[in-house]
Parts: sequence; structure tokens; C-alpha cells
Amino acid sequence: MTDQRFRNAAGGRIDRSRPLTFQFNGRRYDGFGGDTLASALLANGVRLVGRSFKYHRPRGIVAAGSEESNALVQLGTGARTEPNVRATQAEMHDELSAASVNCWPSVEVDVGAINSALAAFLPAGFYYKTFMWPPRAWRFYEWFIRRAAGLGRAPTEPDPDRYEKTYAHCDVAVVGAGPAGLAAALAAGRVGARVILADESSEFGGSLLGEAATIAAAPALDWVAGAMAELAALPEVRLLPRTTVFGYYDHNHLGLIERVTDHLGPRTDTTLPRQRLWKVLARQVVLATGAIERPLVFDDNDRPGVMLASAARTYANRWAVRAGDRAIVVTNNDSAYPAALDLSEAGVNVQAVIDARETPPDAWREPLRVRGIDLAAGRTVAAALGRKRVEGAEVYELAADGSRLIGAARCYDCDLIAVSGGWSPTLHLFSQSGGRPRFDAGIAAFVPGESRQAERSVGAARGTFSLAGCLAEGFAGGAAAALACGFGDGVAPPVPATGDTPAGPLRPLWRVPTAGHGGKAFVDAQNDVTADDVELAAREGYRSVEHLKRYTTTGMGTDQGKTSNVNALAILADLTNATIAEVGTTTFRPPYTPVTYGALAGRSVGDRFDPVRMTGLHQWHEAAGALFEDVGQWKRPWYYPRRGETLHQAVARECGAVRASLGIVDASTLGKIDIQGPDALKLLNLVYTNAWDNLEVGRCRYGLMLKEDGMVFDDGVTARLGPNHYHMTTTTGGAARVMGWLEEWVQCEWLDMRVHFTSTTTHWTVVAIAGPNARRLLAELCPDIDLESAAFPFMAWRDGTVAGIPARVFRVSFSGEQSYEINVPSSCGVALWQVLMTAGAKYDITPYGTETMHVLRAEKGFVIVGQETDGTTTPQDLGMDWIVSKKKTDFIGKRGLTRADCGRADRKQLVGLLPENSKDTLQEGAQIVAEIRPKPPMPMEGHVTSSYWSAALGRPFALALLMGGRARHGQTVAVSSYGTTSWAKVVPPIFWDKEGERLRG
Amino acid sequence: MHLIACPWCGPRDEVEYAYGGEGHIARPARPEALSDGAYADYLFMRRNPKGVHAERWVHAAGCRRWFNVLRDTVSHRILAVYKMGEPRPEAGP
Amino acid sequence: MVEPYLRQSPLDHLSLDARAVGDPGGAGVVAGERRFIAKVSLRGDPADPAFAAGAKTALGFAPPVAPNTVDGKRDRYALWLGPDEWLVVGAPDTQDKTVAALRAALAGCHAAVTDVSEGRTIIRLTGAHARDVIAKGCPIDLHPRAFGPGRCAQSRYARALVILHQLDEAPTFDLHVDRSFADYLWRVIEDASLEYGFAVVAEPVMAALKRRRTPQGQD
Ligand SMILES: [Zn+2]
Repeated sequence: MTDQRFRNAAGGRIDRSRPLTFQFNGRRYDGFGGDTLASALLANGVRLVGRSFKYHRPRGIVAAGSEESNALVQLGTGARTEPNVRATQAEMHDELSAASVNCWPSVEVDVGAINSALAAFLPAGFYYKTFMWPPRAWRFYEWFIRRAAGLGRAPTEPDPDRYEKTYAHCDVAVVGAGPAGLAAALAAGRVGARVILADESSEFGGSLLGEAATIAAAPALDWVAGAMAELAALPEVRLLPRTTVFGYYDHNHLGLIERVTDHLGPRTDTTLPRQRLWKVLARQVVLATGAIERPLVFDDNDRPGVMLASAARTYANRWAVRAGDRAIVVTNNDSAYPAALDLSEAGVNVQAVIDARETPPDAWREPLRVRGIDLAAGRTVAAALGRKRVEGAEVYELAADGSRLIGAARCYDCDLIAVSGGWSPTLHLFSQSGGRPRFDAGIAAFVPGESRQAERSVGAARGTFSLAGCLAEGFAGGAAAALACGFGDGVAPPVPATGDTPAGPLRPLWRVPTAGHGGKAFVDAQNDVTADDVELAAREGYRSVEHLKRYTTTGMGTDQGKTSNVNALAILADLTNATIAEVGTTTFRPPYTPVTYGALAGRSVGDRFDPVRMTGLHQWHEAAGALFEDVGQWKRPWYYPRRGETLHQAVARECGAVRASLGIVDASTLGKIDIQGPDALKLLNLVYTNAWDNLEVGRCRYGLMLKEDGMVFDDGVTARLGPNHYHMTTTTGGAARVMGWLEEWVQCEWLDMRVHFTSTTTHWTVVAIAGPNARRLLAELCPDIDLESAAFPFMAWRDGTVAGIPARVFRVSFSGEQSYEINVPSSCGVALWQVLMTAGAKYDITPYGTETMHVLRAEKGFVIVGQETDGTTTPQDLGMDWIVSKKKTDFIGKRGLTRADCGRADRKQLVGLLPENSKDTLQEGAQIVAEIRPKPPMPMEGHVTSSYWSAALGRPFALALLMGGRARHGQTVAVSSYGTTSWAKVVPPIFWDKEGERLRG
Repeated sequence: MHLIACPWCGPRDEVEYAYGGEGHIARPARPEALSDGAYADYLFMRRNPKGVHAERWVHAAGCRRWFNVLRDTVSHRILAVYKMGEPRPEAGP
Repeated sequence: MVEPYLRQSPLDHLSLDARAVGDPGGAGVVAGERRFIAKVSLRGDPADPAFAAGAKTALGFAPPVAPNTVDGKRDRYALWLGPDEWLVVGAPDTQDKTVAALRAALAGCHAAVTDVSEGRTIIRLTGAHARDVIAKGCPIDLHPRAFGPGRCAQSRYARALVILHQLDEAPTFDLHVDRSFADYLWRVIEDASLEYGFAVVAEPVMAALKRRRTPQGQD
């Protein structure tokens, strides 16, 4: 336990009635409700919080918000640990635990700090230059780089938390709830617009939380409280605190991450999510994202204790924390003056304000004098002293052109150097929206240029830094955005009086001349990029800011260069004698701050990751002990093992049952499309390769579909239900594809074709019974269909009843046996199946799965689209020239088939394979090679597409695509897989009932 | 993340749509009369412009209608939406 | 048709009846399955006078031509699904009658009438957080200014395709879903409802809840 030596007894927005304890690097500390990890660490006097990325230099807290570049911590432990959390955004909860990243064994003694001594050998582009050669060594280098780099560790256990995702819609989305954002939300909300107001902090108020400003002659936070109460009472306004708008995407889509319960700490009750990802579609967006203070670039400006002036001020005002005992405030603009005064008010001994400007505005002299703070004009800090924390500062007079230091240093004894290099509007979301920033020399910063989407920036985000200006722009922007959505009259509400002190111009100061004793001046502290690195890049010829960024890695850390971007390109401009406007700025990309994978995944995890489609018979299959196979999103029974059976044994038994007596299979997943219309026949003739004109009502026919390039696309049986009415079936996997394909042709190409398609795939449960006893069983249950072959031949269908259930029965066969596919309304599927199982018991009716189905069809040489074909297979390749009409003038794919390539004799063609070793089942996917060599490469001539052990043949067999295969029947080929070679004889691709007597009988 | 206005259903989220590639590519009236090269042009060759692109989309998870879109491939702005069979409008601003 | 006790709806395996409550109390999301509702796909050109007249004769009302709207009567109504496509929804097991009536009235027109009753089921959702739970998976804006009773939309919920139909201002929604996705959709919705409180109701309670709120509207 420690005292909170740097915490004031009164003031701030913390809850002193809620004391909390937390751990940092294994030590326990006290804090209060309302703290962040950063404010609590500072309250306890912890200055050294981490090590830097490349040089492992000691680092402290520099900011008070999401722009923090140094204080990244590993938050939490075990499955809930989260790397790279900004301590400034980690809300304090009881028993919070955090640790420094980038240091081993401890933050105080870090082995990697040797890199700091080797810094001369680690300049910009070091990785690119050093690790490129020899190419094979990269894997070796990578191992070291990955261990040395990386900020923090990813958890290795499953995430125990719940994350939600939601869509949301609004008229006006306001990003940022500082004075401008609150004003915009008020203006839009009052006139009835649907408003979403999001702010990344736990409290609304933005900069007002850290300042001692007044609005309407009262504390500004009173105005904030009033605004919050009013907004909360508006029914169409949604307030989202702790919510970062991390991305601005096309067409006014915003990505938001709401930290719903992070501030409560780890919980066992996960009724509420940890975080919620919002996908917001906004008709208008108001960007009130504020501005980020820039650090100053001077020697050893990364020492713990160098802090942004606004941050030091915010710690004093919002959290009653003194960021140091003895401070100097260094600035080039007015905003640090109230910071100095507030620090002094909070009890920090502010020795001096060091202002680079020769003549600071007179307005500040008297307030400083009253508080006993010196004012040193025309001067700046050139070096920080101390290592693990600031112990002093060297201050010099600055030449009029800023190019050199004049005279001797004055050394200040201080532990806090509060700096302000001016302010940069937070343009990340504007940039992500497609907008191009424009340089405003007046404030020496980029401001939003022309809008590319329905958005507008207001307040500090647009370079307007006065409170009065922020309120005025917020009100006006909110009113205008609401009007654009049809609400209100666009007139902004009146702006209350504020106590602004008019600000004078700033003196741009990008790189303080070096004090000359070897310190490092950091531009990008997170990625350890120094001003020297930028200079080196410029010397080596990098002129484009995008190249500079990638070469030096400036701005490429997890903070995306929030504090470093403008300094880096200003230095580059200086070195290349260009203006900053000419150099331009890099493009910001989402996310603004890191987003957890959990939030991106949401609830699409586990069994919700992808839908599991189940047929109406699924529960029966489960109860019967079936193992399932994934076919697309469908679960299909794979096989039904009896006790102790292997796959091989079960499939042999199932196959034997079908060939000898009777099997039953769930065929419901086959795609089904109802086709109606006077042009239905014309359509079939165009999408199938064969002719359909003479198909009678009551009959069905097998068809093959090609794509325009002539390659096989899908297949199935289509039945003629009436003169203009057909029932098409497709493969299981092709159901949606074929439906979409037909619609595309009819809607986009053949606009006059009078035909309608309706998917009926799941309307029907389809149960196929197959085997020599199929007709006998059906006859018992089906009194109203004449099943004799003469009346109901192969490739016909009949309507009737089966077991009292209205049914459409198709006499088709995928097994080569006598077979009937019984289609019944899906709700009756289980009833049908159970009756068939009961009545079929005397024939030892045997349920079979996809594996047996595949064996049976392969014995017959029936292909499966997607298994025997791969998008480069023609009907001729499959030996199915018989199904390609020579008479039809046109069908899809006809022209493609006449390309010379399709006629090549050495195309891969479907063959059967019989392995010479009768115990040797070939690997599906194995390559057929022309000659066996000791090791690859070997010339490949084809591959095995299907391979099984056949109970009927008593041996293994396979189907394969083999170059010139049809002319090679009788040859022996080598089949190579995983280093083993098998020999197989090439045979015609049919192994069972070659005359087809069994299925017609 | 696009917001696309189906000609029938109005503006809907991109997740409801499927992209169908370049629009206004008519199937040749007599494919057999084309050379292999000309047929390959129809099958495979696409303009892929930087800028305004006429393309077709289908409201796959909605009304299942195909329609045409003029979209700027740089800004992703949608300049026009029109039904199948309608001529390509002048590219707007 | 087969004996009712032998028939199974797509969600029967979840034993929803055993979980059903008579009074959903404070549950923010109240759900149930509407089993065996008749659903007939109707296709045709509403600009064809013969089709329009035939459809009106058979149904007793003209199928709506305004996109994504619903029109009809309490026991039989039509959802606009496309410029030439409707889903005619009716009381359980009335599909054969509807198909026969439409086919008879539309004989001679280019139209398609197809029974699709068994291919989909309906999950009914109501409760104070019904909109919130739908927003978690579906990009449609259901705010009363953008949607309302008598409106329908085809869209997605998570990874399933759904037809949404708002019945009243309670609000009550019917989600039509393919039977093979019904188990997935139910589980995803129940999961998404966790933070609001979830109750299952059986069909009579569903109907009673609805009648209490709105005397009119489709059922
Ligand atoms: Zn649509």
C-alpha cells in the first residue's frame, strides 16, 4: 500500500468515497473511483511506466487521453489479459492489475536497453537494410525481431467475455462530447432529429473536464451537466459514453466500440457484454473530435516527466493529481498559460513559463506575477536532464530564425516539463471519410478540407480553439446537420457567454536545435523515431511523406502518430525546403484506437460462427447414432456406425444392404426449383446441354449445365409436372448457385422470357429407398400408384400417397439399384421415415449416409460435380458427349466447347482405376505421374478424384482424371501421394451393372 | 460498407447485395459466329476502370432483382441506379 | 394431410412448448414459433389486367404493389417480395385452398403459384426490446419513422436470410426463415436477447398478447 502523495485533498472529479486498490508491476497502490490507471499511477508518484519499442528507453505518461504514445500496459491476467492498453484510457476498478510492456525482466532493469547503447547501429530503415539478405535468413531474423518487438502479449486462452454487435441508424451522429459536440447534439436533438452522441471518455465534457473554464458566468461543467440532462430527456437522442468512433467508412457508415463493462473489471455475470461494436449508418455526421496538443522535439524529450501541458493541467483539474512537484512550462502558444496557472493553483511549484515567442501577449503577465511564476520569452528547452525521470531542464535563448541556440544554458531543477508545441485538430475520422486535410499556417496545423461525405467538422477539430468558437460552431453545425435531414430551420441556438482570453499567434517550433551533448530528440516516441532518423531519410532521398512514414515507421505505431505526425512532416518540409502544405499529410486509417478481436467477432463464435442447416430428419439421424458430414452449411449423415464399427465396416455393411436388399437415405438437401411459364421449355433448352422438347408430362430427365466457357457447372434431374411446369433438382451445394444463375439469365439477358422460378428445396423432405426390395416396400405403403415398370418406368414420377402422406415419387437412381425418391411435405418427413423403417424391417432396411451414397454411385461411374469436376472439366472430359446435343443451335456453353483447347486429345479425361494391390485404397487427390523420380517434381498427368473400397467388388477402386485417359484403358499408371507410390490399372469408369438392368428392373 | 439503393426497396446495406461484375455485356446473338478471340473477349475481358464503372448488382438477400449501378471506383460514390434493360445514363458528377 | 400429431415443425426439437410461459412478465423479448402457417408464392405481372383481376378474385384483395408492404385481411394477407412476387400467408393448412383458388383464377395468365408452406417457419418476436434484438443481426432500420405495421422487408439476420413483417406498434414482428436455418436463427436470437430477458410463449398466448394490444392488423 502506498499513500497518494501527489493527490490533492480536494477537487477533481474522482469519487473519494470509493477507494480502490490496484496492482502495477506487482506492487499494490491505492486509487479512487473515477481514476484512470494513468491518473492513479501519477497520484502515487509512479513516473516510469514502460520501455520504448526499439531502444527500450524508460518512458512515462505524456498525455491524458487516447493520444498517449508511451504508457502502454498489459492489462489484466490470464484469459482476460489485453496488450497495448493506453494507461490513460484504462478506467480504474478495484483489483485492476497491469504491467509494463516491452521490458524484461522488469521495467527498472531492462535487458533490451542494450539497444539504446547500440542505437548508432539501429537507424531508420535498419530492418529493411539489414534483414533483406540473404533471403533465406529472413526466417532466422524474424524470430529475433518478433521476440524483441511486439508490444505486450496476446492471451492464449479462450476469451471468457461476451461481445455484442449491433446495427444502428440515426439522422445526426456527433463524434465527441466536448463543448462543440454537446452543442451540436443539443441543436440537432432539440428539433427532433435522431442523434447519436459518442465520446471515448467515461464522462462527457471533453476538454472542459480538464480546464477551469466558465460558461454563462458559471463553471463550464455546470453547463455540461445541464446539457446532459437535456439530452438525456430527449427520446430520440442516444448517449454513448466510453465509446470510441474508430472508423469512418463509405457512405456515412461509422464503426463504434463501446466499452460497456470494462470499467467494472472482470465479472462472472456476462449478461451484459464486455464491449459492444456499433455499426452506425448516419445521414449526417458532425465531427467534434477536438485537437491534440503537440509535444516539442528537443533532446531527451522522452524522459518520464516530460508531459503535454494540457495533460498536466487535466490531471490537476479532473483527477486532483499533481504531475510533479517542481515544474517548468514550455510553450510556443497561449494555451500553456492557463495550464501553468492551474498547475500552480493545484500546488505544483511552477517556476517559469518558457515561451519561444519574443513577445507573449501581455494579458498573461499579471496572472503569472500574482502566482510568482517567471516568464522567460524568446527561449525554449533544449534538453531534459535525468534518465528514469526528469531531474532538470536546460533552457536557452532561441535565435530569431529558430536555427540555433544563443548563449549559455539556464538549468532549471524540475521533475515536470510541461510542453506545448501548438495544437493539431484530430483529423483521423475526417481523413478516413475521404477528405483531404489543408494546412492552415495561422495555427500551424492541418485542418479539414473539403468534405467528401455528409459530414462537417466543428470546434477544435476544425482549428477553432476558443470556447466561444467551439460552442458557436457546435450549435451551428448541429442545426445545419439536422436541417439537412429535414429537422428544424437550421438556425443555431444562441451561444452563452464564455470567459475566453483572446489568444495571440503561435511561433512554429518543430525541431529545437540540439543542446549538443548526445541526447535523442524523439518525433514519434511510440515507434522510437528521432529527428535524426527523419533527417537521415531526407538525406537518403525520401521526399514523399508516405515513403518517409514507411521508411522511418513514424506514425505507424498503435497510436497512429497522433502526437507525432505534424512534427515529422514539418521537419521533413524544413529539410527538403518545401512548405508543410507541399509535403502534405499521410492518410489515416481505421481504427482510431485499437479494437479487440472479440468485439469484431461479436457473437459469431462457437456454434453461431456459421449456420448449421439441418433437414427435418436431423434429430432422427442423431438418435440413430449417425456421424455427420459438412456439405456446405448442411449437416448430412455420413454413416451410421453400429457398436464398435469403423467407417470402413459401417460403409461396407450399408453398401451391402443396398445391393442385396434395401437401403434408405435422406436426400432432402438436393436443390429444388419450381419452374413455371410458357417459356420454361425454352429456358431448359438453353441452360442444359441436352434437348428437352420431347420430355412428356410424368417423365424426368438428367441434365448437365455448363458455364459459358463450356465447363461443367451443375447437374440434376428435372421433371415435367405440366405443359409449362417443371421441377428441377440441383446438387446440394449448387442449389443457391443454380437458382441465382437462372434468375441472372432471365433478369439480365433474356428479359422477354416468360418463366418464374421458386425455390422449393426445403418445402420437401426427400427420402430415397434403394435396393432390390425397394418396389416391394413401396407397394405396401402406396396404394394409389401403379408401380409396375410398364406403368411407372425408370425416369418417371407420379403423385400419390405413401403411408397416407401426400407424396410425389420420382423413380430415379443414384445408386444403380431400383430406387424411388419420395418427396413429402417437410413436416411429414419423420412420419414417413418411421413408417418406412418399420415396414422395411422385414427387408432389413438399412439407413445409409453420404459415404455409402458416394461409393454406390462411383461403382456406377456417376460423377459428382465438384468432385470429378473442378471448373476446368467439360462433358467430353467426363465421357458424357452423349448428353451434349448436336442439334440444338444454342445452349449456354456450346460455343465454349468448340474452342480448340476443348478438343485436345491430351485433356484430362475421366477413367476408372483399379489398384494392383487389392488392399491399397488410393488417396483422393493423389497425383498420377508419368514417371517415378526419387523426389518431386515429377511430371503430373492427372489426379484421383474419388477412391473407395467396394464391398460389391471386393476390392478398392477409384475414379480419376487422366491426360488422354480414354485411350489408355489397360495401361498401368503410377499414383503418388505423400511419398508413397501405388500402381493402378486404367479401366473404363464403370464397375457395376454396366447394362443398367438393376435400376430399370 | 456501401449503402446501395435498390430500385425497388430503396437504400439498403451492402450485406444484402451481391456484386455481378461489369454491366451491359450482352451475350452474343450468334456465339458460333465469333472467333475464339472475340468469344474470349466476351467471356473474360473487362474494363476495370479507375473512375466511373457501370456494373450490375443483385439484391440477393432482398427482392432478388438484378439492376445496374454506376459507381465511381475511386470515391465509391454511387452516381446512378437503374433497372435492367434501361440504357446507361450519363455519368453524373 | 397426415395426422397433426405426426407432423413436426422446424423448431419442434427445441421443445418450446415445455418452456413456454403464460405470462412473459418483464421479459424484454418474447418469442414463439407460429407452426404450419400456410404460405403460397405468387408470381405475376401486376400491370397485366388479367393477372391483377385474377389475383384479386382469388384472394379477395389485390396484392400490394408498393414495395415492402403487406396488404390483405386478418386471416390471409400478402407480403410484397418483389415487383412480380408475393408471399400469401394464411391460417394453418389453408395452402391447398389458396393454391387452387389462385390457379383457377389465373388460368391463362403468365403466373406462377407455388406452395412453399413447408419450406419456412415463422418466429414471432415482441416485447420492449424486440427492435433492439433484431438490430443486433439485421441492418434494416426499424425505427417507427422508418418502418411500421404493415411493412415487410427481406434482409438478413446474422447469417440467415429472413423476411421481416411488422404486425403492430407493440411492436410485434414475424420473422420468416427457411426451415433449415430456423434452429440457427432461434438460437442466435435467444442468445442476443440475454441482456433484455427472454421468454418463450406458445401460439395461443402469442395471439392473446397481440389482441390485447391491437384489435386490427394481420395475424
Ligand atoms: Zn430490392
